[in-house]
Amino acid sequence: MSSDSTSKTLSVALGLCVVCSVLVSTAAVKLKPIQDENKRLDVQKNLLLSTGLLKSASASKKEIEETYSRSVETKMVDLKTGNLSEKDPTTFELGTTDKDPAAALSIPSVDDIAAIKTRAKVRPVYIIKEGGVVSQIVLPIHGKGLWSTMYGFLALAPDTRTVKGIGFYSHGETPGLGGEIENARWQAQWKGKHVLSEDDFEPVFRVIKGSVDSSTPAADTKVDGLSGATLTSKGVQSTVNYWVGQAGYGKFLANLRNGGVL
Amino acid sequence: MSIKKTLFGPVFDNNPIALQILGICSALAVTTKLETALVMSIAVILVTAFSSFFVSLIRNQIPSSIRIICQMTIIASMVILTDQILKAFFYDIAKAMSVYVGLIITNCIVMGRAEGYAMKNGPVMSFLDGVGNGLGYSVILILVAFVRELFGSGKLLGMTVFKTINEGGWYQPNGMALLAPSAFFIIGFLIWGLRSWKTGQVESE
Repeated sequence: MSSDSTSKTLSVALGLCVVCSVLVSTAAVKLKPIQDENKRLDVQKNLLLSTGLLKSASASKKEIEETYSRSVETKMVDLKTGNLSEKDPTTFELGTTDKDPAAALSIPSVDDIAAIKTRAKVRPVYIIKEGGVVSQIVLPIHGKGLWSTMYGFLALAPDTRTVKGIGFYSHGETPGLGGEIENARWQAQWKGKHVLSEDDFEPVFRVIKGSVDSSTPAADTKVDGLSGATLTSKGVQSTVNYWVGQAGYGKFLANLRNGGVL
Repeated sequence: MSIKKTLFGPVFDNNPIALQILGICSALAVTTKLETALVMSIAVILVTAFSSFFVSLIRNQIPSSIRIICQMTIIASMVILTDQILKAFFYDIAKAMSVYVGLIITNCIVMGRAEGYAMKNGPVMSFLDGVGNGLGYSVILILVAFVRELFGSGKLLGMTVFKTINEGGWYQPNGMALLAPSAFFIIGFLIWGLRSWKTGQVESE
């Protein structure tokens, strides 16, 4: 039988496809648990880094897991009312549940400053307790940068307006420019800044061009922009303002200030 | 052809990037940091070597009418395997590489070697040819990444060499080095250097 006959062509194509698909699917199925574990650990690590409970990004798996289970408590919040929800936190997956039509709502375009189109109705918050007292509230946030959706954590003090830390665990911004949102030195200046105004708790956070002059008014609500990354900087600003605003976690934060919910 | 020539010929004498001008796209994309360039190099060496090996193994069975798609199937399977393994065991690096591992599929070097060499030669020699071309690609990639990371962020393998102004030092990083076009310049200089050294590579006018 010549190599070019129709039956030979078909059988080679079929055989090759079967062998390759078995190989690829076996690898995918066998390695999936390890990959999911890596992903989960990476998110936990970034959450802890944003709160400052974990100091180094190269912490061991054991250290991350111990710190996480000791100090982080996950609560589900209904963003519409700002009250806690009975929903099981394990049903929520960062990144996917916000797009799931069954759990999400589409954001009216006037509110959608973070350009994410949809968000889950019920989302988690992470409560950090130290010595039995709530010391930080961590909000999972995400929004559009220049190229990609940036996913991160914003850690707030119990007064709900002071930043304790920021971290981004997934984004596709230009390395070295917008990608500098991962830079620990840039993130360090966020600490102590205010994302909500003092009197009426409106989102006032700004990422400005150049560096912040501490003598200017409202310097406590501004952080330095990233040079060469104007659109990423804008995206970060809108993302933060969206999630701490009324369309995001605003109602929950208000409830917290009034002494309710927790 | 001797084993040595198959293995090391592509590094300087017949470099896939500098002489054959293949695989430029990924050479621009993954060379902002030395670490990602190193991992990309290893991944490309493995993929080129194994896909050439398997293509060569079944080269007498592959009907010529569907040979390209057969090669693609094998290459794609190898790439997905590599990607899965990276995600499972080198998560941080896999995160930094993002889509580029998957894009090895479209790297012309892999397909070029499968079609140009493995279809005519035995499995062992094809494997070596794959390793050799992967090495040739790696040399350029690593050189480019070295220059870009050093001048773009003042670091090598993530360790500070020139302390940048952002970090409180003196070095004003060259932002251009971090953007893809800079790799064109660097590759251009490399080709110039290589052709001045090995004048046989210059096309006759």
